Amino acid sequence: MKVTIKLFAGFRENRFRVEERDLPPGFTVADLLRELGINEPELGVALINARHVLPGQELHDGEVISLFPKVGGG
Amino acid sequence: MNKILRVNMSNLTVKLETVPAQWSGLGGRGLTSTIVAAEVPPRCHPLGPNNKLVFAPGLLTGTPAAQSGRLSAGAKSPLTGTIKESNAGGTAAQQLARMGIKALIIEGMPAEDKWHRLHVTMDGVSIEPADDLVGMQNFAVIDRMNKTFSPKIGVLTIGVPGELRMCAANISVKDPDQKIRSHGRGGLGAVMGSKKIKCITIDDTGAGKVPIADPDKFRTAAKIFAKSLLDHPVSGEGLPTYGTNILINILNEAGGLPTKNFRYGQCAHHDKISGETMHDTIVARGGKTKHGCHAGCIIQCSQVYTDNAGVYITSGFEYETIWGLGANAMIEDLDDIAKCDGLMDDIGIDSIEGAVLLATAMEAGVIPWGDGKECQRVLRDEIGKGTPLGRILGNGTSFVGRAYGLVRVPVVKDQGIPAYDPRSVKGIGITYATSTMGADHTAGYTIATNILKVGGFIDPLKKEGQVELSRNLQIATAAIDSTGMCVFIAFPALDIPESFTSLIDLINATYGLNLTADDVTALGMKILKLEHEFNNSAGFSPADDRLPEFFSYEPVPPHNAVWDFTDEEIDEFWNF
Ligand code: SF4
Repeated sequence: MKVTIKLFAGFRENRFRVEERDLPPGFTVADLLRELGINEPELGVALINARHVLPGQELHDGEVISLFPKVGGG
Repeated sequence: MNKILRVNMSNLTVKLETVPAQWSGLGGRGLTSTIVAAEVPPRCHPLGPNNKLVFAPGLLTGTPAAQSGRLSAGAKSPLTGTIKESNAGGTAAQQLARMGIKALIIEGMPAEDKWHRLHVTMDGVSIEPADDLVGMQNFAVIDRMNKTFSPKIGVLTIGVPGELRMCAANISVKDPDQKIRSHGRGGLGAVMGSKKIKCITIDDTGAGKVPIADPDKFRTAAKIFAKSLLDHPVSGEGLPTYGTNILINILNEAGGLPTKNFRYGQCAHHDKISGETMHDTIVARGGKTKHGCHAGCIIQCSQVYTDNAGVYITSGFEYETIWGLGANAMIEDLDDIAKCDGLMDDIGIDSIEGAVLLATAMEAGVIPWGDGKECQRVLRDEIGKGTPLGRILGNGTSFVGRAYGLVRVPVVKDQGIPAYDPRSVKGIGITYATSTMGADHTAGYTIATNILKVGGFIDPLKKEGQVELSRNLQIATAAIDSTGMCVFIAFPALDIPESFTSLIDLINATYGLNLTADDVTALGMKILKLEHEFNNSAGFSPADDRLPEFFSYEPVPPHNAVWDFTDEEIDEFWNF
């Protein structure tokens, strides 16, 4: 399945901004973090198609996942 | 802090008063709101002789505690008609606190059409003529005062929109780099202008240190507190690296970034105006990615943004301003946005109200969508000069909407709605609706929990839990706004227990008190209720705690969410 991955803030360092990847079925957010070399505690927010998800969430074909480290403003 | 300075502009006299017992445990917002509620008739005209303008440093301001240098300004707001507190960094708060000045109260208004300048020293306040400053914008005033006194002089000033009593006018505060921070929201610059005060200078020669009852306890607490700020990823790393503008991308990805005057929740050119792009641009041009608005700020969310040649354009370049001009008014060039921000500092209008009213002017067809150059011209030559068009715009979003017969006018209690769509981030909608200040995100920043997952997580698209979340945050914020602390201490305070307890220890050590967390919550509740009561007496009712109607029938993509709280659900907010 094809998934679009968008990285933000410090997650972009030595990685990428946006990339499409072919992932095996059943692949979860946690699996993706592992593949990207991101430790789960560093994750601030994960969104799939603009909805907040937890690391256990499975990805599906055509989805867009956005990953942010812990950031904030106001 | 044991002095209250009372300046009467009707008869041009100054009185030095001692602090009454009931005000002694208050500072910042708690004190300005208490004084306004006690002394200003709620139904008075905000620009008339019965309104008062009150400045108060926070309870911890002037101490070595990190982040404690904020100044509160309070009055009845000419924009909203409600009570108003707006706090800002800059040098004035710490100067006033070290001079022992707990509050500066300005009342009355001169009969004669002559301008004045207040000069605050350890001897009190002198009222000086200032007709020669009339027509100057803020940077020119600061320049003149630096030359008249010294670069160390503290300055609070208004530009031409403040002189002309426009409702978007702010009060500018000089920062340690001779630049500007602002008491932005609610048109307090118009109140200062109505009293014919062009600027206030502060010379703290001879000021001592703020006395601390238990220095050992203070030192211990200050260390724990500072460590918590640096340990938390948001205050320790995110804010200093990207500033508040990191939010552009996260709100965009979550579908809550109001775009083209609240038509959409995502903006196609988000990357051009994002915090990441801004960071890279600042680094490439040799500006500063980190900068504090006052001495003692260790978070340093501010920055210095320069042009290609390295020449200063603006600082304190905030997410809300960049959102308002970049996504909501569709300006794609960050340099144009920065120039507008610098202009708003100079002429002295609130950069949130300013950005929202410019998008509303685009809705009206007065300015083409996304035209950053025309926005600069309008700010400089229309609003900044007080032309008839400038006066319509400079009176704020709501006024512009009425002038041009618009329906999509994003305001609550006539104050422009900031950078988070209430349909797709529902908690913040409750804050906009119920805040005693009109639409104000800082009053109860539910974005932390709705979007950033700080202090837990409450789904932004569902109604459950939002009223309680907003209430708890509004109570906590009213208390924090009384300490002189910058609101960003809330991120560590929500996640790290020692952060909040060390903050209470700092207050206890300074004043020799034994406050508990419950006392702090009680203080927050008391302040909110006092402000709410003022508003009710001024003529507000639950029917005013509502969002504009269009939010209920215009679904916002990508979630196609509408504002769907019932009146009863919203009114539950005040049930405490
Ligand atoms: S974190 Fe930002 S707003 Fe807060 S005190 Fe520092 S510069 Fe000012």
